[in-house]
Amino acid sequence: MEEKELFTVSIYTENNIGLLNRISAIFQRRHINIESLNTSASEIEGVSRFTILVNMTENQVKKIIGQIEKQVEVIKAYYHTDEDTIYQESCLFKVKSDLLFEERQIQNIIKDSNARIVTVNKEFFVIEKSGRRNEIELLHRELSVFGIMQFVRSGRIAVTKDEMKITEMLAAFNN
Amino acid sequence: MEETLSVKQKKYLEQPKERISGSEAIVRCLLGEGVDVLYGYPGGAIMPVYDELYKYQDKIHHVLTRHEQGATHSAQGYARISGKVGVAMATSGPGATNLITGIADAQIDSTPIVCITGQVPSHLLGSDAFQETDIVGISTPVTKWNHQITKASEIPEVIAKAFYIAKSGRPGPVLIDITKDAQFEEFDFQYKKCEGIRSYNPVPTVEDSKLKEAAELINSAKKPMIVWGQGVILGKAEEELKAVIEKAGIPSAWTIMGASAISTSHPLNIGMVGMHGNYAPNVLTNECDVLIAIGMRFDDRVTGKLDEYAKQAKVIHFEIDPAEIDKNVKTDVAVLGDSKESLTKLLPLLNANSHSEWLQKFKNLYAIEFDKVIKNDLHPTKEGLTMGEVLNEINTQSKGEAAIVSDVGQHQMIACRYAEFNTSKSNITSGGLGTMGFALPAAIGAKMAAPDREVVAIIGDGGYQMTIQELGTIFQTKVPVKIVVLNNDFLGMVRQWQQLFFDKRYASTELVNPDFVAIAKGYYVNAKRVTKREELASAVEEMMKSKDAYFLEVCVEKEDNVFPMVPSGASVSDIRLE
Repeated sequence: MEEKELFTVSIYTENNIGLLNRISAIFQRRHINIESLNTSASEIEGVSRFTILVNMTENQVKKIIGQIEKQVEVIKAYYHTDEDTIYQESCLFKVKSDLLFEERQIQNIIKDSNARIVTVNKEFFVIEKSGRRNEIELLHRELSVFGIMQFVRSGRIAVTKDEMKITEMLAAFNN
Repeated sequence: MEETLSVKQKKYLEQPKERISGSEAIVRCLLGEGVDVLYGYPGGAIMPVYDELYKYQDKIHHVLTRHEQGATHSAQGYARISGKVGVAMATSGPGATNLITGIADAQIDSTPIVCITGQVPSHLLGSDAFQETDIVGISTPVTKWNHQITKASEIPEVIAKAFYIAKSGRPGPVLIDITKDAQFEEFDFQYKKCEGIRSYNPVPTVEDSKLKEAAELINSAKKPMIVWGQGVILGKAEEELKAVIEKAGIPSAWTIMGASAISTSHPLNIGMVGMHGNYAPNVLTNECDVLIAIGMRFDDRVTGKLDEYAKQAKVIHFEIDPAEIDKNVKTDVAVLGDSKESLTKLLPLLNANSHSEWLQKFKNLYAIEFDKVIKNDLHPTKEGLTMGEVLNEINTQSKGEAAIVSDVGQHQMIACRYAEFNTSKSNITSGGLGTMGFALPAAIGAKMAAPDREVVAIIGDGGYQMTIQELGTIFQTKVPVKIVVLNNDFLGMVRQWQQLFFDKRYASTELVNPDFVAIAKGYYVNAKRVTKREELASAVEEMMKSKDAYFLEVCVEKEDNVFPMVPSGASVSDIRLE
């Protein structure tokens, strides 16, 4: 049996209502759990970019890429391993303001983890941290001792070390 | 900006624009795509379009089916026999959801159809309005593309895209949902066909290096075998395939969807592969040294147990859809591209050959199959009528020129095994989805697209009753389809499985049937019932000679089984003859 591993799937698409549904259905139909999903603008004007993190075998991910690229409004889809990409997640913690003054240790934790205080008011303050999943999980563990009012983590975003030849592809169509 | 426009674009912009309603635009777009007939059912949210269809009835023929499912299957039948795009129309809500079975069928069998649905006015979207349903959401997994229009100005471009997507590359169904306010809205209309979409590359380029690799493998093969599928028909590559087969002398089999691309009487045509296919091509799939798959997708009903499918062979896959490469069967050489182009370029690279010893093996196995199965199916000596002898009679009287539209089940397997075909696009059946109820409405569409051809629907007594109401469409439109119901008072295929794998526990497979002849006559369709062998030939003759629609019920042996059979989960070479 081929081993499962984490793959970052990057999909360049036209910006269209319904495409998210179409793409997620491809995973759902094959009973594949999406670890995280992010959609955003891309480096090309008018072209969206999906970044999907999945845990599966390389054989499976190849087939999934084929099914994704088959969708009319998908321009190109790629898959990459962690080694091929520079990737980050980002998160927000909402914590009671009292703690910031009563528990001096929190300030050290924030400093050591390279997190950033986004806002502070009388009731709460918000910490933002971007980094790898394990860094965020470590920060979560450290802060949970003091009580976290709210926590949220974004999906993975990633850029590849190698060039994506997408711009040339689009230029070729326009000619 | 002006300077960057091509001559074509300038010409387009110079065309006079007309101020018309969205609904009129829809009809004008259909005319722009050459649509002469569409199948549908009116209702609240699509009424403005029907009002326009009324005005344009001398230019475009709307066929009122008796159920929206029938509209999609008719559109499919129309598309399958003609190669053109079939069109179906329905209202919102239940009208739209009733299209889904036909859309799913068209998706899995790569049939180009465009479905247009009405939708509640845009200000009511998401409000659970009367007959509102999220048909774009529902149809997403079973369409090649779908889109909702909320502004009249989107109509020309979206419909042009719909037709382009439906028929290009690997064809498929497209659904366009149009809100009622967009149908009423007036705008400046102009129509231009779609010529390309930047995110969509329907036909991959054929790589010469891959063709060369494929040709070398084929030329070096001692025991090559071709399995072709519907890709040959969709690519209009029948002549090119025939030339390849004849030059290289390769025994060639077909999938159910590929049937009729090459004449069934061709000496190198070795029959159907798959669960109820012919004995020789199934057994020898596991003996060939090079397996050449052309425009087929290694469906599980074709391959049987994948781990034991053609493991000894090098596999070459000619295919237009990159997602099919290595999906089920790992290929040694994949030649992407259009089948006509690939086979045209392949031909000069092939050495002339004849694999007569290898071909003889197929003939020997055919002799075994004939003795054990075919003889008894086609020329039975027992009292009860067999499905096979009915097909045999139709073959004899039509001289292999009829288009056979089959439903799903035992009769379908018999029809596909035994129908003789001299013309391509003559086997219209629900292959991938296995949709009971497909044949009757599909036959309507097929006959309307090809009025000069004899269209014979072969249907079981179960599937017939799933869309039997389309007899009303046949009567109203006077479309002269020939309908044969092979009645065994059972859901025969399920009963066969119950007999073989569930110790004859016939759970809910016995049908207590109505008087089918009386029902047909109730719809003013000429009808006859045959229960004895001596009545069969004259009844088939009467049916074939009829200028009008004709219904023939043949009461066949109740508990006959279809053989050969590759049991579910078994290897193709473990095919059973009894």
